[in-house]
Amino acid sequence: MKKKPLIAVMIFSALLIPALLSSCGVSGDDGGALGWFFGVIIQLSSGMWASLELFALTLIFSMPLGLLVCFLRRSRFKVIELVAKFYISIMRGTPLMLQLLVVYFGPYFVFRIPLSTEYRFYAAIIGFALNYAAYFAEIYRSGIEAVPKGQYEAAKVLGYSRQQTFMKIVFPQMVRHILPPVTNEIITLVKDTSLAFAIAFVEMFTLAKQISASESNIMPLFVAGLFYYIFNLVVSFVMGKVEKKMNYYSR
Amino acid sequence: MKLLEINNIKKSFDDLEVLKDISISVEEGEVVSILGPSGSGKSTLLRCATMLETMDAGSLMYCGESAVSDVDGKAVYAPKDNLKRIQNYFGLVFQNFNLFPHYTVLKNIIDAPVHIQKRDKKEVTKEAMELLSQMGIEDKADYYPCQLSGGQQQRVAIARALAMKPKILFFDEPTSALDPELTSEILKVLRLLASRKMTMVIVTHEIEFARNVSDRVIFMDEGYIVEQGRPADVIDNPANDRVRAFLAKVKG
Repeated sequence: MKKKPLIAVMIFSALLIPALLSSCGVSGDDGGALGWFFGVIIQLSSGMWASLELFALTLIFSMPLGLLVCFLRRSRFKVIELVAKFYISIMRGTPLMLQLLVVYFGPYFVFRIPLSTEYRFYAAIIGFALNYAAYFAEIYRSGIEAVPKGQYEAAKVLGYSRQQTFMKIVFPQMVRHILPPVTNEIITLVKDTSLAFAIAFVEMFTLAKQISASESNIMPLFVAGLFYYIFNLVVSFVMGKVEKKMNYYSR
Repeated sequence: MKLLEINNIKKSFDDLEVLKDISISVEEGEVVSILGPSGSGKSTLLRCATMLETMDAGSLMYCGESAVSDVDGKAVYAPKDNLKRIQNYFGLVFQNFNLFPHYTVLKNIIDAPVHIQKRDKKEVTKEAMELLSQMGIEDKADYYPCQLSGGQQQRVAIARALAMKPKILFFDEPTSALDPELTSEILKVLRLLASRKMTMVIVTHEIEFARNVSDRVIFMDEGYIVEQGRPADVIDNPANDRVRAFLAKVKG
């Protein structure tokens, strides 16, 4: 119930901005600031959809992939562990924008495979998923290592196998530990989707920039900012709920 | 019948030799207390016996089945399937309970019997509720461990171990994390189990309790058993100087 003011702020700001626009004298061709405002939103909407798609698909792929990387990172075999460590260090140590460029242009420069427009979309997803998987892997690892050794011992004495111990005992506790850093990561992802402009993937930020340039008006960028902000308010709100739900036990 | 037989067990951590040459056997229905100063290897012995720690040399047998055999001074573990079966013969109660925090009390108790031992859920639940009522906490079945006191948590942990129907139950300093009032709650439960002829091996610092409840007391020091026998002999009339010194210190 404490969240009510937050929603009020969101609605208030949505109403305020057109008013603000009209007071600034900004108005579209089809009459009135509100009309102009919605006009921009409609123009941006295809980009919004693309951003949402990029966001959702990145999460869908990077979260399980992160778990795989985390397992490799924790492998008993030194070689596998080193490979995973190297992967994580590259993904975290170089700019995401650069990684996107490599994923997009790599096939062409290395194998002379012609670039296609559809591949732009796949390249964006692949680049994001590979990058975020590295971060998620480390978050998962911290969550797994936060589970006390006694939990493994209790499970072993009760006869749980290694897999059963992970699935039934460790994983649920890990999920609870990692929710706050995962929320952080998701919020960063919402904003990072704008980096896809580097490979000319048309998401919302790219569109906002184009419209802003063609109309020589800062407002489309402002609307874009508002989109990210509201998106993240929703993310925080949802993750807050999830965290609360997972709080049915405390350590 | 010998439920547990340990022969010439040795265990080192890096250069530190913790268990030097220990042999113990426990008969069915016997209650054995293990006393000794900290660092004497009591907990390590228990951890080797419950296979949480691998031993370097020596043999380990439960109910006549070999879990670890000594081959030329090296401990050789039995095949996985054998160990899995042997795992069912014993239970362990930890110093700090180690309940699963994300499971309710009831789920903590029934999960392993139902999913590991594949027993009927209804039946296991009924038994679990009986165990809880014997422990005086039947009203806590739907609580989470964090909602219980330390003494209640330890009683749940004991119920969890008993629900697996072990033939022998190990306790690793079951009252060391508890204040005196809660300690007496747990000792009451242990007395109840002893009166029912539950076979138990208890590592403890509660000298009075060891004297009253156990059939045999084992005194360990520096990786060896220095004295063992009836509690009246070991505790009231120790032959060994180190035992005497320790008891004098503990009794104050």
